[in-house]
Amino acid sequence: MVSAVSTDVSSAQPAAASESLIEIRDVHYSVGGRSIFSGLNLSIPRGRITALMGPSGTGKTTLLRLVTGQIKPTRGEILFDGINVSTLKTRELYALRRRMGMLFQNGALLTDMSVFENVAFPLREHTDLPECLIRNIVLTKLQAVGLRGAAQLMPAELSGGMNRRVALARTMATDPEVLIYDEPFTGLDPISMGMIVRLVRHMNAALGITSIVVSHDVHELSGLSDTSYIIAGGKVAAAGKLNELKGHQSEIVNQFLNGLPDGPVPFHYPAADYQQQLLADSE
Amino acid sequence: MKIVRELADSAGDFTAAVGGVTLFLGRLLGQIPAALLRPSLIVAQVHNTGALSLVIIMTCALFVGAVLGLLGYDTLLRFGSEDALGTVGALGLVKELGPVVTALLYAGRAGTALASELGLMRATDQLTAIEMMAVDPMRRVVAPRFIGGVIAMPLLTVVFIAIGIFGVQLVGVQNFGVDSASFWSQMRASVELNDIAEGVIKGCVFGLACNLIAVYEGYNAIPTAEGVGRATTRTVVISAVLTLMLDYMITAVML
Repeated sequence: MVSAVSTDVSSAQPAAASESLIEIRDVHYSVGGRSIFSGLNLSIPRGRITALMGPSGTGKTTLLRLVTGQIKPTRGEILFDGINVSTLKTRELYALRRRMGMLFQNGALLTDMSVFENVAFPLREHTDLPECLIRNIVLTKLQAVGLRGAAQLMPAELSGGMNRRVALARTMATDPEVLIYDEPFTGLDPISMGMIVRLVRHMNAALGITSIVVSHDVHELSGLSDTSYIIAGGKVAAAGKLNELKGHQSEIVNQFLNGLPDGPVPFHYPAADYQQQLLADSE
Repeated sequence: MKIVRELADSAGDFTAAVGGVTLFLGRLLGQIPAALLRPSLIVAQVHNTGALSLVIIMTCALFVGAVLGLLGYDTLLRFGSEDALGTVGALGLVKELGPVVTALLYAGRAGTALASELGLMRATDQLTAIEMMAVDPMRRVVAPRFIGGVIAMPLLTVVFIAIGIFGVQLVGVQNFGVDSASFWSQMRASVELNDIAEGVIKGCVFGLACNLIAVYEGYNAIPTAEGVGRATTRTVVISAVLTLMLDYMITAVML
């Protein structure tokens, strides 16, 4: 149920359907009998930065896994540039993934390879480029993230922020159309966070790619994203510009955006009556 | 009733596990031709699983051979046929001890390394990242490790047998004074090509089994510290049991 700033999800979508790169239509997904999504609808516009937000456990990362075809929805469609991701065969899915890049929360660098080899990895796997050209591309990408000087370091020698910047350079190596960031700011100091924010904005503006950022960081995203979706209860609870959602009528959206410790997402995990349990235990 | 239900559950779990391994093997075999086109990846894995296991294999082989020399000499002396120590030692090592102990040591050294490496790659999203880069981890990560291990195992078995025979000779000839000429000539006269073939076949079969279990357990590990630990433990236990079961079957067939 979407309300307040935009009472309807479709009206909050910043672009016409033809301008959407990714369309999620009536997606249902459940795992182990627990429903994660029940009729999720949203669209990701081309060339913009879209934020996917929501309380922990609402399925933001699951949504990314659905979009990238790692899992299939129970019902509904996920269209990437008009292609239904969930019906693709493995070979077709891999072809589609060459148009995507995903930055993992922990960077997910290959720990047995140097920084240089990590960035060169997708180039070596997908192209027959000569070594000198691969070297130039890798150094260009590392220069873009400010880590050309760290090319020979191993992942274990990098800080958290450097790790994510290398992962970003690796993701950019094959020039994808869409970049998906899964919790890119988690665990970073303000300087590293600032670097990542700058890179996300720069990549999006300079290369005209579509960016999807999953994060809890309301402050950083308010200055970064063009459109935001707040997901709660298996659906889109609110959509629109993040700054405009501050006065949203939905309790859960308010609780999330204002960081309230209690509300629709309760402080206490559901349990039996406290007094009764204490008395029962003492007996 | 409860016991029947638990037995049924266990049978169901076992069937599911066998089915899972079979499907995994099918996928793995499908990726092997592509993996063979990149020999540098396989050579690196032969080094990781084979060359890095050499020290433990050679050390253990020397002591297994030495113990075989001690026990063999003591037993044969009772029949006055200590000259046959070379034959006993060689046949014991070539047909049985070489392949079996190598497989058990391999499972403990290289098998656990493979399983924990793949499990940690799963836990730290490295395998997912590879998939997201449109690269099949079965082709790029699992198949080279499997092939490398399968190549390394028979080679390690041969090294184990050679060092083991040296250990038998060290104790029998150098220590107890068994005639060197008799030791070597009886060995050469008694050990036939079939015996060597049995050892090599066992080495290859155990190599397939141990490496399949290691990559399967690692690849399918639950992505937590506990899950990786469990996958590593299961690799050793299942590999050991499977090795001894296969050993019995091959021995029975080749008698």
